[in-house]
Amino acid sequence: MLRIGTAIVTAGLALTLLSACAPQGQNSSAPWSAEEIALITALSLSRLPELPPDPSNRVADDPAAAALGELLFSDTRLSSNGEVSCASCHLPERHFQDDLALARGVGETTRRTMPIAGTAYSPWLFWDGRKDSLWSQALGPLESGVEHGTDRTHVARVIAAEYTQAYAELFGPLPDLSKLPAHAAPAGAPDAVEAWETLSEEQKDSVDRVFANAGKAIAAFERTIVPTPTRFDAYADALAGGAATEGLMTEQEELGLKLFIGEGSCVNCHNGPLFTDNHFHNTGVPAVADLPADLGRALAVEQVATDPFNCLGAYSDAGPADCAELKYMTVDGEELVRAFKTPSLRGVAQRPPYMHAGQIGTVTEVLDHYNSAPSAPAGHSELEPLSMSAEELGALEAFLRTLDYDP
Amino acid sequence: MSKSARKWLHLLWIVPVGGLAVGAVMAAKMMYVPADLDLSLSRTTESGLYVSSLEPGISPVAIGSIHSWTVEVTTPDGTPVEDAVISVAGGMPQHGHGLPTSPQVTQSLGEGRYLVEGVKFNMPGWWTLTLSIDGSSGSDEATFNLSL
Repeated sequence: MLRIGTAIVTAGLALTLLSACAPQGQNSSAPWSAEEIALITALSLSRLPELPPDPSNRVADDPAAAALGELLFSDTRLSSNGEVSCASCHLPERHFQDDLALARGVGETTRRTMPIAGTAYSPWLFWDGRKDSLWSQALGPLESGVEHGTDRTHVARVIAAEYTQAYAELFGPLPDLSKLPAHAAPAGAPDAVEAWETLSEEQKDSVDRVFANAGKAIAAFERTIVPTPTRFDAYADALAGGAATEGLMTEQEELGLKLFIGEGSCVNCHNGPLFTDNHFHNTGVPAVADLPADLGRALAVEQVATDPFNCLGAYSDAGPADCAELKYMTVDGEELVRAFKTPSLRGVAQRPPYMHAGQIGTVTEVLDHYNSAPSAPAGHSELEPLSMSAEELGALEAFLRTLDYDP
Repeated sequence: MSKSARKWLHLLWIVPVGGLAVGAVMAAKMMYVPADLDLSLSRTTESGLYVSSLEPGISPVAIGSIHSWTVEVTTPDGTPVEDAVISVAGGMPQHGHGLPTSPQVTQSLGEGRYLVEGVKFNMPGWWTLTLSIDGSSGSDEATFNLSL
């Protein structure tokens, strides 16, 4: 009797579990369970909360700062050869990315350019999160030897020469930079480092402050770059409002969405209205043969913790209580090894190639990667093989294209 | 019942059991929370040394927001446990990963209550939070389930 009772309970549980996963109907008019509707509507752009304030940047939401930042964003004078600006890789007409596997400034970098829309929502910037604010992020490429190839003293001098009034209105009068060398920075080109050593602490602080403020203006501009609604959002909003969804997505796209939020487990990391958890994951992406080993987040945590331009640093406008992400950051463990930030999937099919160094050329191949889940070149991949059919993978790809931006 | 009928009856057992196996695999893949999960935020610790309670500092607990929790520790008879050393760990049992942040107890609030800062959950689903409590009665721990 006990065995029979157990069997009934077991069978009941099995049915419950199976029915939770089974489609609720084969026609497109009612294909979703309540749980699925909740997962889908949580992805809609209309659920995106208001942009959170950035306490570390006093001018983050100042339109005058955004206007200055927009000018700086495309100013090629902020580079060693006079030819590179932020917009060289973050092309406004290409959703602020460059379609290249590895970004090219004055030289070639080791990473793929990331799009900008929605990044103001992320506590961590860059593929490895080695920066903890948009303004601090903007400073990195300026001093990178392969991106802008310049230095903070040069940047400060360009600001003083070309943007005197706009700067002063936002940040107060510029310090006297006339006695400074043309190029000086604490790291980078040997001449610039040598010149930096000759500066007084006060001079260094003056340069650092103007440099940081330039980043804050650029960040104010970048905060205005937000994703625009897609066909998927129209579908999700109709679903949320109980309206008809016919004609908004094809049956193949609906199947792809079902797999995305279900069996594919894509939504685990690609969650919320920006389709990202803003966290770091090792997904077994292959290494690039000609590049040095890239440990991703594992190396970035110390960089951001010791960055003078971080949330807790002297140039941040935040109080210590505003810096919880940095204070409670996980700093060690195997999960960080070769972990890279989950990118947003908005507009994803329109911007190959994929992954942190553009290793994978097409969406189809990305899905093949997730389907087979190869082991990681270092650390441990979080992926499990999906073993999906070609039809299912095709449906997932079709769904991803519902996230295309209007041309 | 004939011998062959018994044999068939026996085979019928395979259907629900097989179904359970398939269901369990699919459930794991689809990250559904186990139906009988105990979501109580007040628990007796593993060895019965303490009763610990958790209270989130934000409601509802939003995915992606860093926030604080309050922990309360008493002895089984209800006496507040002061000066306990408490550490917090957690993760997603179905995914095999930990918390995205490293929360810490930053303040004793008095009367056996402690502030835990830096808690964050970066995806929906079943999470656990484990409190390791070292207090007047010794070391013990309790694991809480959350369904987000």
